Amino acid sequence: MSDPKIEGYVFKPGFSGMAKDTGSDQTMFKGVHWGKAMMWIFLLSDTFIFSCFLISYMKGRGSTLVDWPYPSEVFGLHVFGVDVPLLLIAIMTFVLITSSGTMALAVKYGYEKNKKMCGWLILATAIGGLTFVGMQAFEWSKLIHEGVRPWENPFGAPQFGSFFFMITGFHGTHVSIGVIFLFIYAYKTFAGHYDERKRGWFTTMKGDYVEIEILGLYWHFVDLVWVFIFAFFYLW
Amino acid sequence: MDETKKKEQATTHKIGIYLWIWGLLFVLSFFSYMVDWYNFQGMLRWSLILIFMFLKAGLIMAFFMHLFWERYALVNVLLWPMTAIACFIFLMVAEFEYTVFTRIFYFVTGG
Repeated sequence: MSDPKIEGYVFKPGFSGMAKDTGSDQTMFKGVHWGKAMMWIFLLSDTFIFSCFLISYMKGRGSTLVDWPYPSEVFGLHVFGVDVPLLLIAIMTFVLITSSGTMALAVKYGYEKNKKMCGWLILATAIGGLTFVGMQAFEWSKLIHEGVRPWENPFGAPQFGSFFFMITGFHGTHVSIGVIFLFIYAYKTFAGHYDERKRGWFTTMKGDYVEIEILGLYWHFVDLVWVFIFAFFYLW
Repeated sequence: MDETKKKEQATTHKIGIYLWIWGLLFVLSFFSYMVDWYNFQGMLRWSLILIFMFLKAGLIMAFFMHLFWERYALVNVLLWPMTAIACFIFLMVAEFEYTVFTRIFYFVTGG
């Protein structure tokens, strides 16, 4: 999976291994790439940020006495003369899951040192992410045209706009940053930086396919957050 | 499956497992969309939304993010802090119920 080898350290499986690992000297998670451990720590802190957003949304929506806008209609689309509820959001969800799947396969092919497949799959993931951001921009502009603002909207409780723009905006920012990194990593993969163990731009760390897994963790996290936003904001 | 075996496999999982999880995620997303499509209401709606949400989140974390194959020390460090979030949710539920109560109370009595 990765690893600076640490002399004399043997990984022990199971719960006794967990106790040994957690209480070990010098470093925890011995043998785990530091970048991967740090990405997990970052994702954990990001989880707290998104949780705070969703909890404040719950608190705001729960405590208002004005009717909350009905998401099924607010986010519905009128296509071919029929009103389809949540159509755009459903498509966005499927696009994001598709890109999550291609990313998982990219990680797999990365570890098999299959440069071509890995590169193309990262590129496919990036394009999926770009499509998602594009559709989100469309959704934002549609709602802004309909008069949704952070302080008012024509559908119901005025808090709706501020929660909507804050939560989806923060998620969209994550997706956009992910897309930028996906393009950079697709380039690095095709250019063979991971096969040649070439150093990165701001680090003395030698290139390794574990970086694809670290990028994958971030991308799956973005998908994971969308699962919760989809459930609580759009479906609830 | 014992964990040493899991660790060895960790670098090369069969493609089948990813495709299965991928397919399941599509099916679960489709189901959660259907909850809205058929316009279920009340407890049925909320429980279905939550079930599909947790199943999807679990699958993504366990297989796409490899937590199922990861050492327990890492899983432990990641999952325990979630209890803090759960506590926060319960606190804020109590908080918004109190806010609603005071709002209704003062709207009725006129302050």
